[in-house]
Amino acid sequence: MPCVTWLGRDRGAAPGPLDEAPCSEGELGVPGLAQCTADIISTVEFNHTGELLATGDKGGRVVIFQREPESKNAPHSQGEYDVYSTFQSHEPEFDYLKSLEIEEKINKIKWLPQQNAAHSLLSTNDKTIKLWKITERDKRPEGYNLKDEEGKLKDLSTVTSLQVPVLKPMDLMVEVSPRRIFANGHTYHINSISVNSDCETYMSADDLRINLWHLAVTDRSFNIVDIKPANMEDLTEVITASEFHPHHCNLFVYSSSKGSLRLCDMRAAALCDRHSKLFEEPEDPSSRSFFSEIISSVSDVKFSHSGRYMLTRDYLTVKVWDLNMEARPIETYQVHDYLRSKLCSLYENDCIFDKFECAWNGSDSVIMTGAYNNFFRMFDRNSKRDVTLEASRESSKPRAVLKPRRVCVGGKRRRDDVSVDSLDFTKKILHTAWHPAENIIAIAATNNLYIFQDKVNSDMH
Amino acid sequence: MLSKGLKRKREEEEKEALEVDAWWLDPGLPAVTQAPPTLASSSLFDLSVLKLHHSLRQSEPDLRHLVLVVNTLRRIQASMAPAVTLPPVPSPPIVPNVADNLLASSDATLSASMASLLEDLSHIEGLSQAPQPLADEGPPGRPVGGTSPNLGALDLLGPATGCLLDDGLEGLFEDIDTSMYDSELWVPASEGLKPAPEDGPGKEGAPELDEAELDYLMDMLVGTQALERPPGPGR
Repeated sequence: MPCVTWLGRDRGAAPGPLDEAPCSEGELGVPGLAQCTADIISTVEFNHTGELLATGDKGGRVVIFQREPESKNAPHSQGEYDVYSTFQSHEPEFDYLKSLEIEEKINKIKWLPQQNAAHSLLSTNDKTIKLWKITERDKRPEGYNLKDEEGKLKDLSTVTSLQVPVLKPMDLMVEVSPRRIFANGHTYHINSISVNSDCETYMSADDLRINLWHLAVTDRSFNIVDIKPANMEDLTEVITASEFHPHHCNLFVYSSSKGSLRLCDMRAAALCDRHSKLFEEPEDPSSRSFFSEIISSVSDVKFSHSGRYMLTRDYLTVKVWDLNMEARPIETYQVHDYLRSKLCSLYENDCIFDKFECAWNGSDSVIMTGAYNNFFRMFDRNSKRDVTLEASRESSKPRAVLKPRRVCVGGKRRRDDVSVDSLDFTKKILHTAWHPAENIIAIAATNNLYIFQDKVNSDMH
Repeated sequence: MLSKGLKRKREEEEKEALEVDAWWLDPGLPAVTQAPPTLASSSLFDLSVLKLHHSLRQSEPDLRHLVLVVNTLRRIQASMAPAVTLPPVPSPPIVPNVADNLLASSDATLSASMASLLEDLSHIEGLSQAPQPLADEGPPGRPVGGTSPNLGALDLLGPATGCLLDDGLEGLFEDIDTSMYDSELWVPASEGLKPAPEDGPGKEGAPELDEAELDYLMDMLVGTQALERPPGPGR
């Protein structure tokens, strides 16, 4: 990256009952930093101002980090993210009708735009979406007439005069409460949720259907897309991701396992089975293989902040699409093309089915996505330069500068290069997020969360 | 493992400079765009069938994974088809019409892998296979024309593998009990709002459930009342 140097912040594993968790110790002998399945981060999302960062994990927990305001007392620690709140969003459930266990893993978190002092977010597992309200309490009333300090009822005979309770400051308490539970809307597994720009509705998508909900109504939803064939034997394509347009409340896009994108207009019909636009790149005959379809399956789709472009991630590339051009993407970036010759092995070990996410920076000039070996990649759309960085304990030390990494496929090998054959495919960065305005990124590497900030931002203070 | 032949040793790769390991896409091979060497195809085929099997065995299959594996299987099947649809040749052992050694040898390997696949499947499923189209296979290179009714149609997953599918790939999804998925008891109101012409019985209830099942369901509901989630959507 030309002018951005990335620095590590001291972030580690998501806090929680790690002491009690039956995990083995990590490689550094530090308990809790090993591969505790429940702690595996499954989603990361900044809120609209970037002040809050939410993570969801496989154990159904949500951890919210808050950016500390800058203080003169600690000049180097301003802008750090500290834990703000932790709560259990979803519990494992059992569907008695089908004798199936419903995982508590949080698939997606989406923040609602803040409309008052409270913050709200939607979190979802495979079947149920929940609306959580996060409020702060830093004052409490003291001086009740009928209750004493501990809350016990006073003996009325001791009350001789009336007093007006006064609000006194107290230690900040963050309270989280479930305000809505949107259940029974999906037969198949929910893969995305997206809040509409109207701030009143949101959509949830599973493999075959997309539903539109009103945030205040939990007992019904409207089905707006249904690709389930009359005969399940004819099923050849599933929905993989979906998102509302950031500005036009009637538009949304959904991606499929065949690599196509469909832009739909809710004004056109109640059931948006017919797309307004179909974005699809024709298969390149020269690189055709048995795995062409699998690697073309879109794992994530994101509108740009401007609303003019879409970003998609498939197994080997990220692509930028112009909403005005359906025939092909306007830009294609190779994430890890050296894997093209390894597709058979990756098919065998199921890695080829990994679903990577992608992200825009605030100005839509840089795009980011994760890869294997705890690497993540950034592409500058203007300069066409790209960089590979690693999320590791060394790189996350405070103010440690992230060094660009390189993967070599053979031939000349520089000293710090990593060979393709020594890539660790169990270390995958599937979830990444970029601060809406600043160059701050959050990277989820299995059960560790890394936050990186650019040097320019840090040096300003 | 099935794909042993496809993995390359680490030392070999380090010696080669920037060599792409997509040898089945080698333009030097005939009909590469549609029929890569069937050695690779059949291994991939076996692997895909195993994956499909494994996926279908899940209590709730990952639909995306399932669909992608099935589609890949179809591709492999389609690419293997030209290699086996040979005109019947009266005399063994070599197919005179086939000038290409690759195709001839691919017949043998295809036949061999199919035989092993059938064996594996019958072993797994515990069913005996009545038709054994390859049981009387002659020496390698023997024309498969004689058994082409089974192979020519390339129902590789067809009658010969009756344990898995009765009617080709179309029968794949029969394993998935979609009647459970479509159970009307838990269908949200939105299902009723959407026009559903393909649903014959209509959305009034669950007409396909019989009395015994209803009784069972009632028992379950009563028994689990305390654990039930908030009231579901209205009808």
